[in-house]
Amino acid sequence: MDGLQRGAAAIIGVAESDLGAVARDMSPIDLMAQGVQRALADCGLRLRDIDGLLCATAQSRTSGLSLAEYLGISPTFIDTTILGGSSFMFHIAHAQAALQLGLCNVAVIAYGSTQRTVGRRQASVREYNPYETPFRPFLPSTAYALAASRHMHEYGTTREQLAAVAVAARRWALLNPAAWEKEPLTIDQVLSARMISYPFTMRDCCLVTDGGGAVIMTSAERARSLKKPPIYVLGCGQAITHANISSMPDLTVTGAVQSGRQAYEMARLAPQDIDVVELYDAFTINTILFLEDLGFCPKGEGGRFVEGGRIVPKGALPVNTNGGGLSYCHPGMYGLFLLIEATRQLRGECGARQVEGCQTAIAHGNGGVLSSQNTVILGTAATL
Amino acid sequence: MERITQSPLAVYQAHLEKGELAYQWSPEAAKAVFYPRVISPFTGSDRLEWRMSAGLGTVYATTVVHPREGVPYNVALIDCDEGFRLMSRVEDIPPEAVKIGMRVKFRVHRTGGDEPPYPVFTPVAATYPSPQAGGG
Repeated sequence: MDGLQRGAAAIIGVAESDLGAVARDMSPIDLMAQGVQRALADCGLRLRDIDGLLCATAQSRTSGLSLAEYLGISPTFIDTTILGGSSFMFHIAHAQAALQLGLCNVAVIAYGSTQRTVGRRQASVREYNPYETPFRPFLPSTAYALAASRHMHEYGTTREQLAAVAVAARRWALLNPAAWEKEPLTIDQVLSARMISYPFTMRDCCLVTDGGGAVIMTSAERARSLKKPPIYVLGCGQAITHANISSMPDLTVTGAVQSGRQAYEMARLAPQDIDVVELYDAFTINTILFLEDLGFCPKGEGGRFVEGGRIVPKGALPVNTNGGGLSYCHPGMYGLFLLIEATRQLRGECGARQVEGCQTAIAHGNGGVLSSQNTVILGTAATL
Repeated sequence: MERITQSPLAVYQAHLEKGELAYQWSPEAAKAVFYPRVISPFTGSDRLEWRMSAGLGTVYATTVVHPREGVPYNVALIDCDEGFRLMSRVEDIPPEAVKIGMRVKFRVHRTGGDEPPYPVFTPVAATYPSPQAGGG
């Protein structure tokens, strides 16, 4: 048996912590613990059942120590891989490896951030880079804006097409009671919002909220006896291409090409087999890039693909059904929420925003400045 | 590799103090290396040569940052002719006038304070009259 096995591990419990603007003096670890408690309730397991701990947050360098201490547990497997917002997809793969090897039996992946309450500058201190910082790029926005400028130049992508991504995310958010944004959004409102780093206005950029959550995984065998239908990990893939935007090989092609290819191969699925798409929309250009690089449309066609209602509720392809980082929540590292939403969609728990009859979902995480890409494909028991 | 007495960054900045844009060349890979490093990312070898750029390049990507306070300014990625890319800004024209594909030339920006100098670029073809000509 080589590598991760399709369907060998499953997600059995998911929960968000408080989101948005949390109570004063809540810490990121408070939010992680709240997510863990709710996720345990979601699957009916107890704290003492957890022997694998994976977590990451920008506000705590050794979050694994802090969370283990807070929960009063001493896990046999611990992993605090931190590669940006995609970290939690790496955690899925690492947790599955640990489960397959018998290094732990029940793994919890957790995240928490109070970046809205404490302020982004304090929550996420940027490293000084002598080759970038002197030019005062407003990171991460400027990095993604540079990528957007290249996509517009090479493929004719327009600001209106970027805005269509934000408008679509808002349509989904209005169906999600947990979403931060409660008002409709138009193309004109996106275009005329405050300019941040051209071509992005505030509405092209993700929210700045507090938030956290937890995802609990176990082996497929153990999952079958629990109270909710297990959601199986069918495929995993990863790619790291750079750390800083000035070192990105091609600003119009992300590592999602590789991570998606690996995940599809392991899952024995193709883009057309995916019923629900959750991808990391830190900025409007992300949705366009990842739809291209994950094979939902040809390279360069992403702008045209998101026009005309293709990715809105009841459209041809359900994308970011929780409202995304653009309209639902974005506490700084967003990947865990893609996994939570994908799981809930496949369980049929999404109420007004439910995608009927979905059996497969992609949760695609992005980290840094398009730096790390990680694709997880999930499926119901029918897909095994 | 012997003990390093002058860091790659220090060498780079010493050249900037002299008005030069330095980069490294990996002879075995026949490729330019930027940012400066102790080993070639292509071969892993510490055989890296320092070279001076002719200072000519092309704008690869561009944006205009709109800070909450202060005037908007340009941030760009420049592909230098020798085959390396760096972040910089294009000056002497309005920030939104910087276009991908524009040919630009390096000059040193001296901060006048404690910070080290850094490279900036200006358009090669004069699309706006220079300040000295009294126009623009």
